[in-house]
Amino acid sequence: MIFLSNLVNGISLGSIYAIIALGYTMVYGIAKMLNFAHGDVIMIGAYIAFCALQYWNVPPLLALLIAMAFCTLLGITIEGLAYRPLRQATSLAVLITAIGMSYLLQNLALLIWGANPKNFPSSMIQIPAISLFGEQLRISGVTLVTILANIVIMILLTSFTMHTKLGKAMRCVSEDRGAAELMGINVNQTISATFAIGSALAAIAGILLCSAYPTLMPTTGSMPGIKAFTAAVFGGIGSIPGAMLGGVLLGVIEILGKAYISTELGDAIVFAVLIIVLLVKPTGLLGKPQREKV
Amino acid sequence: MSMLEIKDIHVYYGAIHALKGVSFEVNEHEIVTLIGANGAGKSTTLNTVVGLLKPRSGQILFEGKNINSIPANKMVSLGMALCPEGRRIFQQMTVKENLEMGGFTRSPSEIAPSVEEMFTRFPRLKEREKQIAGTLSGGEQQMLAMARALMSKPKLMMLDEPSMGLAPILVEQIFDIIRELHEAGTTILLVEQNAQMALSVADRAYVLETGRISMSGDAKELLENDNVRKAYLGS
Repeated sequence: MIFLSNLVNGISLGSIYAIIALGYTMVYGIAKMLNFAHGDVIMIGAYIAFCALQYWNVPPLLALLIAMAFCTLLGITIEGLAYRPLRQATSLAVLITAIGMSYLLQNLALLIWGANPKNFPSSMIQIPAISLFGEQLRISGVTLVTILANIVIMILLTSFTMHTKLGKAMRCVSEDRGAAELMGINVNQTISATFAIGSALAAIAGILLCSAYPTLMPTTGSMPGIKAFTAAVFGGIGSIPGAMLGGVLLGVIEILGKAYISTELGDAIVFAVLIIVLLVKPTGLLGKPQREKV
Repeated sequence: MSMLEIKDIHVYYGAIHALKGVSFEVNEHEIVTLIGANGAGKSTTLNTVVGLLKPRSGQILFEGKNINSIPANKMVSLGMALCPEGRRIFQQMTVKENLEMGGFTRSPSEIAPSVEEMFTRFPRLKEREKQIAGTLSGGEQQMLAMARALMSKPKLMMLDEPSMGLAPILVEQIFDIIRELHEAGTTILLVEQNAQMALSVADRAYVLETGRISMSGDAKELLENDNVRKAYLGS
């Protein structure tokens, strides 16, 4: 039963990684860049939700919407100001800009909210825990909501990319930017929309993360961000189901590793597994091999 | 009236001077071909016309209007479509989705009938409707690329090396389709390394040589021209 409980916790943590990983994977797939500031957008989203709940006393659902709206605008702004001018630059220049953006966001948060950790209000998710197997397995409301949110997001996002005009445009830009332009697709707008979606998801992830681990500070987003990036690579970067699978597996490995092998080595185990997977299958679990264009 | 008029364009790739003052025109209802060796600047010319590359100087006029500063994604709404070199179909999408993307700028109600029209013109694509485009054969991919370009109902259709890498029988088929399109009233600008085929289908031709137009004239006359025969037709 303890194993089952650990497993559920792992899936829950993994669901948060998966939602963050979606942001990495979509942006990578479509804009062909690693947005290392993504983890910090999560942190900003959590702070906005924190302010909404704590200072402005808005209901949880509205707090969620405010955080999502703010992060959407933030994502579009970051892309437009920092990344768009570098569209023709080398990928190294873009990568360094993204790392710079990450530190900028962390330091802005430090300036605004200070270095002292904030205690994220538990009023965000007020769903009672459920007990299974006669009280032996208790699943908290936050865990339930997290897993459910992950599933819903995954279904919505998949049908969005498969069936909507914008979603199809994203797939075209992801495959061949020049050919997409020939179809009449505005590549810049499409990339902007990708950042908007990724950042809105980051806000959700931030709230879920801080509901499960309520210590909120300017560096809150960086470690989950790196792990979610790992999850995206693990699952096959660029692939939406890959991000889901990679995220959930990573969460499960982390929690089980901490529970049964060593608490201290939990993170090391996660990254060791990543290295092994990449050695065996360099494109990640669900990644497609890159075809050379002739 | 000339549909497309290129006036003395210069295009650079970084420091490389790829087009050194190219001028030519395409009149309505013509098939015009640009022939030339590898690296002469044929694809560069088409990519510049369609806005993927920007000329450093010179003018591109489409239906009398300067389109130099218009971004590539707006060209299709003006009425020009490029079927690019190497086909560049969306490999991971289905055949039908590829066609639908070709009609991206048109209203949803117009897309379905156009897709049906393409299926009538290219029955092979109908058979493969739900197949992932990357799994098609080379000839089928070329047909898909042409059909996708036609989905926008272009006034000017530009084709970049449509015969590349195809078996002779397929090359014949592709050129038959080009003739049909022309008869249906589409103006065509064709870039080819297969000079024999290109000259036999075209009305007029330009020969590109290292970024410059070295010869131009009636396609049938160029086909008989000794210099052209030696340089491009292997006899």
